[in-house]
Amino acid sequence: MHISDDGKGRLLLSGNEAIALAARHAGVHLGTGYPGTPSTEILEAFTSLGGKAQWAPNEKVAAEVALGAAFANARVLVTMKHVGLNVAADVLFTMAYSGVQGGYVLIVADDPGMASSQNEQDSRRYAEAAAVPMFEPCDSQDAYDMLRTAFELSERWQIPVIYRVTTRVCHSKSPVKPRVPMDQVPADTGAPTPSFVRNIQHRVMVPGHAKPAHKRLRNKLVELTQWNEQEGPTHIENRSGELGIITAGISYHHARDAAPEASILKLGMSYPLPLQKIRDFAKSVKRCVVIEENDPWLANALKAEGIAVEAKDDSIYRFGELSVDRVARILAKDSSPEPVPVRGKPPELCVGCPHRSSFEVLKELDCIVAGDIGCYTLAALPPLQAMDMMIDMGAAIGMGLGLRHVLPHAEAKRVVSVIGDSTFLHSGITGLVEMAYNAPQTGHVVIILDNGTTAMTGQQEHPGTGKQLLGEFTNRVNYEDLARAAGIPNTTTINPVRDRARFKEAVADALRKDELTLIVAKSPCILAVGRIVAAERERAIWEAGHNGIEKCDCQAGGK
Amino acid sequence: METMNIRFAGLGGTGVIKASDVFADVVFRLGYEVKKAEVHGMSQRGGSISSDVRYGSTVNSPMIPDGACDILIVMEETQIPVVKDGLKAQGKILVPKDIDASKLPSAKSLNVAMLGKLSTLLDIPEALWQKALQANFAEKLHAANAQAFQLGRDSQ
Repeated sequence: MHISDDGKGRLLLSGNEAIALAARHAGVHLGTGYPGTPSTEILEAFTSLGGKAQWAPNEKVAAEVALGAAFANARVLVTMKHVGLNVAADVLFTMAYSGVQGGYVLIVADDPGMASSQNEQDSRRYAEAAAVPMFEPCDSQDAYDMLRTAFELSERWQIPVIYRVTTRVCHSKSPVKPRVPMDQVPADTGAPTPSFVRNIQHRVMVPGHAKPAHKRLRNKLVELTQWNEQEGPTHIENRSGELGIITAGISYHHARDAAPEASILKLGMSYPLPLQKIRDFAKSVKRCVVIEENDPWLANALKAEGIAVEAKDDSIYRFGELSVDRVARILAKDSSPEPVPVRGKPPELCVGCPHRSSFEVLKELDCIVAGDIGCYTLAALPPLQAMDMMIDMGAAIGMGLGLRHVLPHAEAKRVVSVIGDSTFLHSGITGLVEMAYNAPQTGHVVIILDNGTTAMTGQQEHPGTGKQLLGEFTNRVNYEDLARAAGIPNTTTINPVRDRARFKEAVADALRKDELTLIVAKSPCILAVGRIVAAERERAIWEAGHNGIEKCDCQAGGK
Repeated sequence: METMNIRFAGLGGTGVIKASDVFADVVFRLGYEVKKAEVHGMSQRGGSISSDVRYGSTVNSPMIPDGACDILIVMEETQIPVVKDGLKAQGKILVPKDIDASKLPSAKSLNVAMLGKLSTLLDIPEALWQKALQANFAEKLHAANAQAFQLGRDSQ
């Protein structure tokens, strides 16, 4: 894609692009993550700038791969959306104890207002819960500048750092003046050289090691608080003595527009908080208001410290993202009903999308459908309305099994679990093992909708496509082999569009039997069909060469 | 200079984001502070979509405040009632029927024709628009885009 350049050393970048460029300029050795709106473009931009990055099957694996690299003194970047951090939380809480050697920055992208998410959870709570420092950039320049600081701080205190962004920071474009031109990597990246030094006490978190590690962690936080007070990226604009606003992230810009006369304290590192600085600021103004999206996390933290601040009315403003108008209403203590915007057209499955055919069949068969996360979730909306539940990545299989275990026989026989290919590899495999291990009496039917790509987030590769982030060929997971290895006796792959009748009969047959069945509904995403079909042809040649059967010149694979 | 607020709106897949990218590129080349906001992801599956471009000597929020659009460019007829409330009292709205669709080099080039129409409302050298169009599209589309842009410029 084209990056706008004003000819005077400034680039017009999205927050995601700015993070990618900063990572490149900080000499990051490895980027890893799982696609998720609004975080997806970071690793894509990082690779297009020449960085090494890869998609992991899920966020937990990504965070673990990065941890190994950081134990080896490398600089690492991990990217995910807010709900991805739930998956990676297990690693986060204990790597806070172990600490790291190379710089470890975990980007978590929240989605206030749920533009493309199933909840609007507030990831700031993770920083506090896991006791790791957190930065919150407010725009692209901030996102570029503070990432370097985050790496330096991570290495100095040997602690992983959360870099919390939101939809409007990730996807808004604003000017960035980089340290060096975009296509260069500065000589002084500051990145350490990977090497291994044994440190069993710090990295094997058995209780005897973890107890002192927890104390080390708390001591680090005390030092980090001092650093944030004295050198932290807190930005104060002293204007009116009447009104002061304490804020962070994108809310800073809304507040600046809504109250040009107000004094503002903008946090750059919002955990651990520079409480003395905030206390002094609050004292310097007559009225001090905290402007933050979603949870009253910052307001509560300040109130608990006895700092006199006002919070927004959470019966209204906890929901959805903020805007200039909403911040103006908060400052005016206006809790009257908000104007209701005209309803736009909701999204829908594309014309020619193979998921349409799959869900039409499930509707015709009157199935109870435990669904999952991806484009196909749109099948729950009119006109299809053919999905009965969707909660989190991989839940289709577990929820379907639960329904089968307790429903009366006739209803249990109608239950199917439907999950996309990338979602299955992310969190569905353990569900499949559960199905084989604790099989319901009526059996069960799992349908993997294999459209050959991670479609919802913009067509990323995954372990089932057999291609890496940039399209290089690699090993490919075979869903049927995987299911049979787990102990599932019936497996088949059918194209639900081309062989619709056969697909319908296969589902009906599986529903009749009291057995376990996996059906792979394989038909390419209509938006990616040309690319997928072409890659299949190239793959056949690559595999022949790869297996030593036939040498060819094209072993680099399909870009 | 006062911040100018330009909003592009339509349905996912109608070239809204592309048009706003080109426009942001144009005003960035002029040396302004520029911010651009939109939402990616689910909303791009054929649903309503909009993209805000704000520019001037300083720009704070990337999102245009309610009722503050100076110019609204709507790429899809059905979306006019959805977005028209965003317009200022003296604001201007550009709609698809401003363009003679029968003369478009392709249906996909409506967004470029709308940029052509937009260019007649703003005091920006035409060469800058052409530069930005060429930078943002593959070379094989340059001739068709030049034709679509001119069609927009000439339309009443």
